[in-house]
Amino acid sequence: MTDSKYFTTTKKGEIFELKAELNSDKKEKKKEAVKKVIASMTVGKDVSALFPDVVNCMQTDNLELKKLVYLYLMNYAKSQPDMAIMAVNTFVKDCEDPNPLIRALAVRTMGCIRVDKITEYLCEPLRKCLKDEDPYVRKTAAVCVAKLHDINAQLVEDQGFLDTLKDLISDSNPMVVANAVAALSEIAESHPSSNLLDLNPQSINKLLTALNECTEWGQIFILDCLANYTPKDDREAQSICERVTPRLSHANSAVVLSAVKVLMKFMEMLSKDLDYYGTLLKKLAPPLVTLLSAEPELQYVALRNINLIVQKRPEILKHEMKVFFVKYNDPIYVKLEKLDIMIRLASQANIAQVLAELKEYATEVDVDFVRKAVRAIGRCAIKVEQSAERCVSTLLDLIQTKVNYVVQEAIVVIKDIFRKYPNKYESVIATLCENLDSLDEPEARAAMIWIVGEYAERIDNADELLESFLEGFHDESTQVQLQLLTAIVKLFLKKPTETQELVQQVLSLATQDSDNPDLRDRGYIYWRLLSTDPVAAKEVVLAEKPLISEETDLIEPTLLDELICYIGTLASVYHKPPSAFVEGGRGVVHKSLPPRTASNESAESPEAAPTGAPPVEQPDVIPPQGDLLGDLLNLDLGPPVSGPPLAASSAQMGAVDLLGGGLDSLIGGTNFTSPPAAAVPASLGAPIGSGLSDLFDLTSGVGNLSGSYVAPKAVWLPAMKAKGLEISGTFTRQVGSISMDLQLTNKALQVMTDFAIQFNRNSFGLAPAAPLQVHAPLSPNQSVEISLPLNTVGSVMKMEPLNNLQVAVKNNIDVFYFSTLYPLHILFVEDGKMDRQMFLATWKDIPNENEAQFQIRDCPLSAEAVSSKLQGSNVFTIAKRNVEGQDMLYQSLKLTNGIWVLAELRIQPGNPSLTLSLKCRAPEVSQHVYQAYETILKN
Amino acid sequence: MIGGLFIYNHKGEVLISRVYRDDIGRNAVDAFRVNVIHARQQVRSPVTNIARTSFFHVKRSNIWLAAVTKQNVNAAMVFEFLYKMCDVMAAYFGKISEENIKNNFVLIYELLDEILDFGYPQNSETGALKTFITQQGIKSQHQTKEEQSQITSQVTGQIGWRREGIKYRRNELFLDVLESVNLLMSPQGQVLSAHVSGRVVMKSYLSGMPECKFGMNDKIVIEKQGKGAADETGKSGKQSIAIDDCTFHQCVRLSKFDSERSISFIPPDGEFELMRYRTTKDIILPFRVIPLVREVGRTKLEVKVVIKSNFKPSLLAQKIEVRIPTPLNTSGVQVICMKGKAKYKASENAIVWKIKRMAGMKESQISAEIELLPTNDKKKWARPPISMNFEVPFAPSGLKVRYLKVFEPKLNYSDHDVIKWVRYIGRSGIYETRC
Repeated sequence: MTDSKYFTTTKKGEIFELKAELNSDKKEKKKEAVKKVIASMTVGKDVSALFPDVVNCMQTDNLELKKLVYLYLMNYAKSQPDMAIMAVNTFVKDCEDPNPLIRALAVRTMGCIRVDKITEYLCEPLRKCLKDEDPYVRKTAAVCVAKLHDINAQLVEDQGFLDTLKDLISDSNPMVVANAVAALSEIAESHPSSNLLDLNPQSINKLLTALNECTEWGQIFILDCLANYTPKDDREAQSICERVTPRLSHANSAVVLSAVKVLMKFMEMLSKDLDYYGTLLKKLAPPLVTLLSAEPELQYVALRNINLIVQKRPEILKHEMKVFFVKYNDPIYVKLEKLDIMIRLASQANIAQVLAELKEYATEVDVDFVRKAVRAIGRCAIKVEQSAERCVSTLLDLIQTKVNYVVQEAIVVIKDIFRKYPNKYESVIATLCENLDSLDEPEARAAMIWIVGEYAERIDNADELLESFLEGFHDESTQVQLQLLTAIVKLFLKKPTETQELVQQVLSLATQDSDNPDLRDRGYIYWRLLSTDPVAAKEVVLAEKPLISEETDLIEPTLLDELICYIGTLASVYHKPPSAFVEGGRGVVHKSLPPRTASNESAESPEAAPTGAPPVEQPDVIPPQGDLLGDLLNLDLGPPVSGPPLAASSAQMGAVDLLGGGLDSLIGGTNFTSPPAAAVPASLGAPIGSGLSDLFDLTSGVGNLSGSYVAPKAVWLPAMKAKGLEISGTFTRQVGSISMDLQLTNKALQVMTDFAIQFNRNSFGLAPAAPLQVHAPLSPNQSVEISLPLNTVGSVMKMEPLNNLQVAVKNNIDVFYFSTLYPLHILFVEDGKMDRQMFLATWKDIPNENEAQFQIRDCPLSAEAVSSKLQGSNVFTIAKRNVEGQDMLYQSLKLTNGIWVLAELRIQPGNPSLTLSLKCRAPEVSQHVYQAYETILKN
Repeated sequence: MIGGLFIYNHKGEVLISRVYRDDIGRNAVDAFRVNVIHARQQVRSPVTNIARTSFFHVKRSNIWLAAVTKQNVNAAMVFEFLYKMCDVMAAYFGKISEENIKNNFVLIYELLDEILDFGYPQNSETGALKTFITQQGIKSQHQTKEEQSQITSQVTGQIGWRREGIKYRRNELFLDVLESVNLLMSPQGQVLSAHVSGRVVMKSYLSGMPECKFGMNDKIVIEKQGKGAADETGKSGKQSIAIDDCTFHQCVRLSKFDSERSISFIPPDGEFELMRYRTTKDIILPFRVIPLVREVGRTKLEVKVVIKSNFKPSLLAQKIEVRIPTPLNTSGVQVICMKGKAKYKASENAIVWKIKRMAGMKESQISAEIELLPTNDKKKWARPPISMNFEVPFAPSGLKVRYLKVFEPKLNYSDHDVIKWVRYIGRSGIYETRC
């Protein structure tokens, strides 16, 4: 008998014929007709017109025919709700059938018919079936509850089906348990708050027992459910792990991956010193490797997951490099994933092998794969310093092949290698320059231009090379344009005499002829820098760049932790949280790894727990440092220069001649015109004269560059105590340098000269970094503003109070002494942001008696405002969490002498008082940190 | 969970379409066809996301099977399910082809209704399914009440893979140890990677509910047994092997393996795969390939390949095939070989050298001259590795079956009455030598 004939009837009047056949008296003919209908339905034809005729065939004792009719019903009932009601009687009758297969079939099908009238009738049969004597019916009914919940959640709750479903978790039949777990998990996902899956040690025990007995699919449901449980302590976590590990030997890869998920999650709670922890790590590697001998599609899923596991716990697979070597006939998606993992596992021990492999891959056929292999060679160079030289020579070999995309890819990675190892491999630049013409991709062109600009002084014809790019400036992509602009400015600063024309040309192209605001802005910044203070320009543009980090494409840690909770699922394949690809509320519950808590600690003070959690649970508030850094580097500004306090001199800036001496001294008398005033868009506002200060205004949005809070000047030394010299002042911290801003006023009747200043030894070693320079004699009733740069390398002596500073000022009249208190926040350094893990560890490590608590009153600020205010003064928010409506901020700061202070700030909405808890190894600073907080927040 | 399941032919026409969830509409069927089957570029991932709908697909010959979902499903489970579905279909009607699917579409719908409920996979063991889903269609009135409850208890039971009351006149079992040995060797003869992936396939024709216990020369077990093993190792050099990892059919009690490392189970009736394993240590590499490629000018290549067999002289390897890749611009090839037959196959860009049989510890050689057309293609020829196929009558991993004991307490046959057969076959997996 062949059924394929049903697919071929496509003639006109077919529906009419079918109708006649469906109403035939002969059973065989009826069945044939229903088959034809289903075949038409499959290929997408609309056969809904036959609804009443098909439903009429339902009353049959032929199970095959019945199933076909049911299939039809499931498809069309929604479009014919009124007719569908005709089927209800049969369903209800079938639910009472003596044959369990028929009872189950009826309840299974009814659940799939999404018509309100039918669902009403479903409740009674479903209730009976949930308590049926036959396990086959019960397991079907369990899933049916989930179906019904999807149609009408309220009905399910009202009818009490959820409780019955919960009871099924204790069913004697493992398959019923598994389906009940699956149904409950699904329902619970749409009610994140409800305590549906009330997992407790007893129910977990039941699940673990069922795990040993049910089908492979049931094991997956149960393991996925277990993964949502958080054990109460490490002992419980370990005992669950022990019972889950046997699953790692299951033939079904999904069972293995779900078991890996449970283990990876619960391992988080185990102490690393535990023997069991090591055992578990060892047990995880072989099954993961075995997954690579599965079918290619599963290998792909496994590799995407291994990529996450390797980032979270590199130690598991560190010796298994070889299994990730690409096989010649692996599908491309497997090859690309393996390559990623190879780089992650590359280390000094295996780098030789890895490089040999990568070299092989770079000669393969698939373009994407070859590119990735070339890029991988560069990443190895950056990751394993010892191999850098070999990598560079391999890349040069590849460039010699002249294969266009290989060359381009190689140039992009060589640029990164230059960034990592400056002044080491510049000998290869000549080879790179030979390939200039073949570059047609923006990224490669930009990389090449960067190299030329960065090493302009060593490339004889750098100007020609850059000029050649300039010809088609407007056809280039933004990436290339920006890079070209910067490169030419660099070139100009390095070889000012020959390249004036070029720089003028590029500046005018960027500022006048471009529509791109980024390009224009950057053009103006350079133009003003060059025209106002070329020395500063040199310091800004040619600043030393921070080294690039080893691993460039790591997944952000909070996301990684979340994805670990989703091992085996689509989220782990996409490397995205479910909310990124799942619609609506379903499955978007935020998951997180459990905090590491030892059993003996759980009894401790409640503070330990909440502080333990934030670093892992917290969704991101602050962009990770890497991103911010990346942004800055794109701008090519480099970090702001330390040294002479640029900002402080802004007051005098107006006086600098536009075409002034500074520039002359640089280019030796050649004429450099400033940008025409007309070209400056009105929106930029400020006159050109205020060049630098304007520039620094621009940067004020970029995090901590703007500097800490500065208190208004206060009188430190009144005139009557110092024979007519009045000194008022304040402290500032700007871009990493501290200064003491002084105003000296002569209230005496004679001229004052010969000023000098000295500090007594103090707690943090503050000392003047330069002598006090008052250029002109101070006439009576005149005052002068001076900014005195300070450093913290002076001698140290503990003062009382801690922030006391004793100062001596001398002039031609006498020596005067005074003392002042400096706000502690001028000592908060820019790199005071602690890593989350580190924070957590440090917090725990500092004894509780070192904790100090303060109230900051009358400070009605939101958490965001607090966080950004404090960040301006180098107090960094590491994590933010909301606990019972209160915002908790976890912050860190570091003092110039390396003392870390950790803070927890509690903000209650509606309550203007903030609670500040500080922990520090040197508790005496807490009081002053608190004062600094108060000062910053209240201003 | 799985929202829908579609089967397409190579043209993208739907053969089977079953929707389980309301969020999957008919347009999903077309989306997959347009974006994957008819895609201009080859699709580069088995998981595709189109408009927030995820498609998982596998291909069997020219048939596409696609599972569709809008939720964050267990991806590994979906693929395992698709494979399982292929197995089930193959067990019912043989090869998965367009014709077979069309001929059995009613049966497939019936199966899909049974093994997937609301997108949750249910019991999909063919042994159990065949008791109540048959190609002839079932008529409920023909089943007695006992039969019915027997079916349901088997489908949902702890031993879902075996039914009760099986009887054989002759109790017999066959064990096949099938290994595929994989190798990647550098031109200089250095082993870059080598591993054996093995399978133990069992065919059992046993009455009742037999309790089986399987033993092999697993290093961990042998070392545990202590003294007894020491004597054995005295007799010959290598008696036990280190198994990197193994996985088992769901009938094996995993917790028992985890605690005692013993493999005990009640087997399904007929053929099934008892276990899979992987070893990487002390592998016997049956053949060694020594390549020598010399480029003579721009239009000629000289290739010489020597193969050496490395096993007991009394054993015979079979179906030996060496595949030597040639450049795309090959114009002619001359081959001389000592043994077997060699041919240049232009369509495959390779010289294929076949030898029917070869005893252990022998050596054979082929040399070829390859004429090349001059090209101005800048790209160098990638020199794919030389690959080899063969079959040998031993297990390259060194695995030995020590025993397979059968206990059936209720029926009156003992372990001694069972006739047991063991066979070892080692095949080449990906056995490549770079040149």
